[in-house]
Amino acid sequence: MRRIPRLFQSPGKKLVPFITAGFPDLESTVPLVLAAECAGAHMIELGIPFSDPLADGLVIQRTSQIALSNGVTLDWILETSMAIRSQTQIPIILMGYINPILKMGVAEFLYRASESGVDGLIIPDLPPEEGIQLFASARSQGISTIYLVAPNTPTARIRQLAIEAEDLLYAVSILGVTGSTLDARENLSHYIERVQTASAVPFVVGFGISTPADVVRVADKADGIVVGSALLARLEKSADPVQEATQFLSELTTALLDAGSISSTGEPE
Amino acid sequence: MNKSSDAVLQRYEQPSRRGRFGDFGGQYVPETLLPALQELEQAYATAMEEKQFKEDLDRLLKIFAGRPTPLYYARRISEELGVHLYLKREDLAHTGAHKINNTIGQILLARRMGKTRIIAETGAGQHGVATATVAARFGLKCVVYMGDEDIHRQRLNVFRMELLGAEVRSVNSGTKTLKDATNEAIRDWVANVENTHYLLGSVVGPHPYPTIIRDFQTVIGHETKAQFQHEKGRLPDLLVACVGGGSNAIGMFYPFLEEPVSMVGVEAGGRGMDSGDHAASLSLGSRGVLHGSASYLLQTSDGQVQLAHSISAGLDYPGVGPEHSFLKESGRVSYLTATDEEALIAFQWLTKQEGIIPALEPAHALAALQQNKINLSPGSNIVLCLSGRGDKDVHTVASALGKDLS
Repeated sequence: MRRIPRLFQSPGKKLVPFITAGFPDLESTVPLVLAAECAGAHMIELGIPFSDPLADGLVIQRTSQIALSNGVTLDWILETSMAIRSQTQIPIILMGYINPILKMGVAEFLYRASESGVDGLIIPDLPPEEGIQLFASARSQGISTIYLVAPNTPTARIRQLAIEAEDLLYAVSILGVTGSTLDARENLSHYIERVQTASAVPFVVGFGISTPADVVRVADKADGIVVGSALLARLEKSADPVQEATQFLSELTTALLDAGSISSTGEPE
Repeated sequence: MNKSSDAVLQRYEQPSRRGRFGDFGGQYVPETLLPALQELEQAYATAMEEKQFKEDLDRLLKIFAGRPTPLYYARRISEELGVHLYLKREDLAHTGAHKINNTIGQILLARRMGKTRIIAETGAGQHGVATATVAARFGLKCVVYMGDEDIHRQRLNVFRMELLGAEVRSVNSGTKTLKDATNEAIRDWVANVENTHYLLGSVVGPHPYPTIIRDFQTVIGHETKAQFQHEKGRLPDLLVACVGGGSNAIGMFYPFLEEPVSMVGVEAGGRGMDSGDHAASLSLGSRGVLHGSASYLLQTSDGQVQLAHSISAGLDYPGVGPEHSFLKESGRVSYLTATDEEALIAFQWLTKQEGIIPALEPAHALAALQQNKINLSPGSNIVLCLSGRGDKDVHTVASALGKDLS
């Protein structure tokens, strides 16, 4: 069975950190992923940096620029994924804009991603309608295609996308880019309930989740949460990013535990 | 040059229903924007069926933008070139460029959709000014995103936008130019999609923008066709226009695509094609996806978008409209380049010979004629789209010529 559906069959809410590949430097990516797993992360979202990340806020724009100036390429990210896979079985999702993937060639990218042990794919600027062939080809190679839904996505479409996605859906928490502030009003919980009701598959919630309090608030009805900008902002300021990631993710893991909403071991069966 | 292949006369029906010009175009956007694009497509389709909308549009183009713009015979330059050269005087439209044709159309759509806030991106500031102008005219709140680099290069236009009541937001990400201003406008739109219309300025971006903006700009070509017919009782042999995103060019070309008329688009060759510093997406770029559509773009071997360069801020963009990519692939339109230096020479040439100071953008199109880059039959009839006036560029030209205006 593929790693992502297996993970979400296990009890408990899942913690998914997002890390820009090659940030803060090339040497940090593998240790950061391993440290995140030790700190309680269940799945890793690795960001493929792009020059024009139009769904991302300031933090991920900055970390992407730094990663690019460190010389990160899609080729390097696939090699790094393979290096991670040789040391752990934690599911890996690649998140990246479509252009670098097109430049490499969709067939080559998917083949190499599959060979490198990549489990899932998020392409924020490729709606399912534009990516019919790419996504079908990914699934046929054992890669989960994770579609995004947003607060303004009609319920019927959420239902349809969940069926097409097969394994996992990603609910964008807000109308906005990554690193925004969560909606303080009731809108958010109504929206998450709507996704919960409509989605036939598990779903994670991301965008704007930055504190243990946010985690508790969002994790209630979701199957997992994604934390990106808040984590990267801490890494940016820290002299010891691996230690910083360990500490922050441990806090979030504790928050999920305190909320009584995480599996007792934090590990999939 | 004046050969008319069978392809020329075939029916031209682009885009397809899903916003595709052949392999190009499409909707490569975050899920959040899909409902807004659908709403826009719907509003546009409904508006086009209503007589009232068309009347409102035509009336504003006439009494607010000053249309029709003249078709002017450039006698002295024609004599030098041994051809008959006509200039479509978009420089005489309100705010000094063709950009107003599109902003008037889109602001009417925004009002129909009940949007209360307008956002736009701008490079040289011409589209920003044209947007701020119509926002002022209709009393809508307006925010214009502009790269920090461009804010410094185009301070006069920044001040014009502020006078018109718009808020100009400086963009400090990436290359701090038009490309990044566009990213920032899209990010704003994602966050404020319910009350905000993104008034995109060129025939780029996700479907339906390239089609809507093209349609609003075809007033250039339709007027030209009628004016030329009136003047000469025939069609021109050749159309020439500059191409950045490509809105003035497509507006001029589109009504002639099924006619036996040759067309040339001129891109910015910057410091030369070997220099790496240019904005020649069609001539030197490769296929990719930028700002929501598939087209030609300047990119690295790893798919990162590259910095464009042109002396003209309006051509300084690493992408190009998807329909131009299609027209290039199909062979219907030829695309070539003119350098910064050639554009500067053409700028002075037109100014001295005809008493018209052109913007640096159409000076590139003129340079293609002046430098004999196009094979012209003696006595042929040519229309050049003079897309804007050059007042905004005098500081750039002065500094390029080593003159100190301070």
